Amino acid sequence: MDTKGSQYKKHQLTILVVLRLLMGWYCLYEGIAKLINPNWSAAPYLMDSGGFMAGFFQSLTSNPELMQVIDILNIWGLMAIGLGLILGFLTRIASIAGIVLLSLYYLSHPPLVGVDYALPTEGNYLWVNKTLIEIFVLAVLLVFPTGDKIGLDRLVFKKSS
Amino acid sequence: MSDKSDQNKSQEQPKNNSPKTNKKNIISRRDMLKSLATVPVLGALAYGVYRKQQYKKFLRQNILTETDMSHGTPSPVYFGNAKGDELRIGIIGYGIRGEQLMRALGFPHPETIDSWKQSAVENPQDKRYQFYMNQPDLNVVVNGVCDLFDVRAKRAMEAGANRNRQGTNGKMGKMPKKYRRYTDMLDASDIDAVIVATPDHWHAQIAIDAAKRGKHVYLEKAMTRTVDETFQLRDAVKNSNITFQLGHQGRQTESYLKAEEAINKNVLGKINLIQLTTNRNSANGAWVYPIHPEAGPDTIDWKQFIEPTNNHSFSKERFFRWRCWWDYGTGLAGDLLTHEYDSINQIMHVGIPKSAMASGGVYFWKDGRTVPDVYQVTYDYPDRDLTMFYSGTLASQKDRGKVIMGHDAYMDLGQTMQIYADPNSTKYEEKINKGIIKPDLPIYSYVPGQKGVDAVTSATEQYFAGRGLLYTYRGGRRVDTTHLHIAEWLHGIRTNKQPSCNIDRGFEEAITAHMSTISYRENRKVYWDEKNEKVI
Repeated sequence: MDTKGSQYKKHQLTILVVLRLLMGWYCLYEGIAKLINPNWSAAPYLMDSGGFMAGFFQSLTSNPELMQVIDILNIWGLMAIGLGLILGFLTRIASIAGIVLLSLYYLSHPPLVGVDYALPTEGNYLWVNKTLIEIFVLAVLLVFPTGDKIGLDRLVFKKSS
Repeated sequence: MSDKSDQNKSQEQPKNNSPKTNKKNIISRRDMLKSLATVPVLGALAYGVYRKQQYKKFLRQNILTETDMSHGTPSPVYFGNAKGDELRIGIIGYGIRGEQLMRALGFPHPETIDSWKQSAVENPQDKRYQFYMNQPDLNVVVNGVCDLFDVRAKRAMEAGANRNRQGTNGKMGKMPKKYRRYTDMLDASDIDAVIVATPDHWHAQIAIDAAKRGKHVYLEKAMTRTVDETFQLRDAVKNSNITFQLGHQGRQTESYLKAEEAINKNVLGKINLIQLTTNRNSANGAWVYPIHPEAGPDTIDWKQFIEPTNNHSFSKERFFRWRCWWDYGTGLAGDLLTHEYDSINQIMHVGIPKSAMASGGVYFWKDGRTVPDVYQVTYDYPDRDLTMFYSGTLASQKDRGKVIMGHDAYMDLGQTMQIYADPNSTKYEEKINKGIIKPDLPIYSYVPGQKGVDAVTSATEQYFAGRGLLYTYRGGRRVDTTHLHIAEWLHGIRTNKQPSCNIDRGFEEAITAHMSTISYRENRKVYWDEKNEKVI
């Protein structure tokens, strides 16, 4: 795939790899924290949804079997994305998956005028929030790939070439 | 997130240490190092997670050891689908509460099922129908209904026939017999037990008549309207073999069971003050119920309605909104204080107070009512160094909660339960100083429906916890507390056991409520003479 990649200067590569690691750490730990909390479920978060897609997200909670699948996908999805980013393994897929997952988070809790959430936040947001920025961090990692330089993708794609 | 970045600097170590240069298909040492350069980050994360878990475990163990609270959720008796003989029930009073009780018994009005089904189609979030259909079967049949308003009596019959919990087009069972006079129903040989949900002024007489005939009684609160009735009813029940349950369904709330454990284990230290409140602010909450369009002297048996109380000409207001008058109701004391009081009696076994001093007035709902809409009572228990304070309003719904205040900790009690250490606690002083116990975080927290109880709960969970929980849980399953309370009563009948809110608890409830009402109406402090069992 993109084993050729772009040539970065050393400091550019360093910054991009650090960014990838931070994002990976963040996702992986979010997954682990959910995994080790026996009471965690995405249900209250979904119930708390607001904005134009609230009805859809809330309706997901009405089916307990579906909720179990959602919980498992969240936990293992976050962990897989985090591992992928940290190890630089299938980085491209991890970034895209992360963008999809975070977009769902953003759409369920858009910081719109007049929409309030029970979920406490640590900052003040208007249209732009942490989640949206994270989506674009992943977009940066997607268009400036580094896994093929520092990461397992270097081995994976070298082998196949 | 930023505090973690310093742990991520190890990825740049492998630089130019690539002595061998077999660059084509063979993986070079340089490739290997660059590929695996970020692996140590996982080690750092694993170490961090381990440290964090150890810290949480340390806190949890320290706090749980200190409070000695059990880790599991309470395991009260849950009856599920009833076994044993089918019991034959009669319903006396099918107003708002009567309809709810019949539903909890397993006999919904078909129109209710229609409307729940419709709502579930329009809004998948509305799971009332689904939850209701999962409610266990109590193995009973409704053989008789009795209501003084014809429209309601007819509705009660329709509900009584709805054994299969169907909508209006569904298959109905046998219609129960309609009685105008409840004594005729009590005399019927096909009635084993009655559920009484009449206005308060009829409670005692009906329950006494039932007890005398050996019919088991589930009676709505307040148990009686006067002190005299309270003694008479207690005697009647004690001299019979019936199973009696007073309708304080709060007894079935799981968080109360956990609260009782905390009290028994002295987690709060010495308790000197308890605050109980009612906070309502709507016409319905203030008992201004709608008047049925078909109501009139020819559809309502007014003569029978006023039989045990003061004479008054026919009044639709008084018939439907009876809670607003002392002639029929017991005001905030009997209606809402009793629920609060009973919860404290359940978890702390306080019994009847030594004294009561009440105040208040009709301050907002000036609609001709005689019972106050703002009402305060101070109950004292000098033997226990305890004051129980109740404050109720029907003109503001600011939630003031139910708080049990001890020297070492206080407890916020509702559907959820949280215990917070007091910053000046003696018992927890050492752990507070060491930073193990933080007074602004609960040392114990119970949230129904969770997979377990925990000493350490996250802020997010706290936020979600208190949101609209109308049901208690059994094994993680949502159940209606009224259903559980009726199930306990029926189980008591089948096994010849007295249920949790028996006549002794009812006696304490009624005397306690009446003491405050007398204090308010006579504007004086009222005492309980325990030895002679007299209100003075």
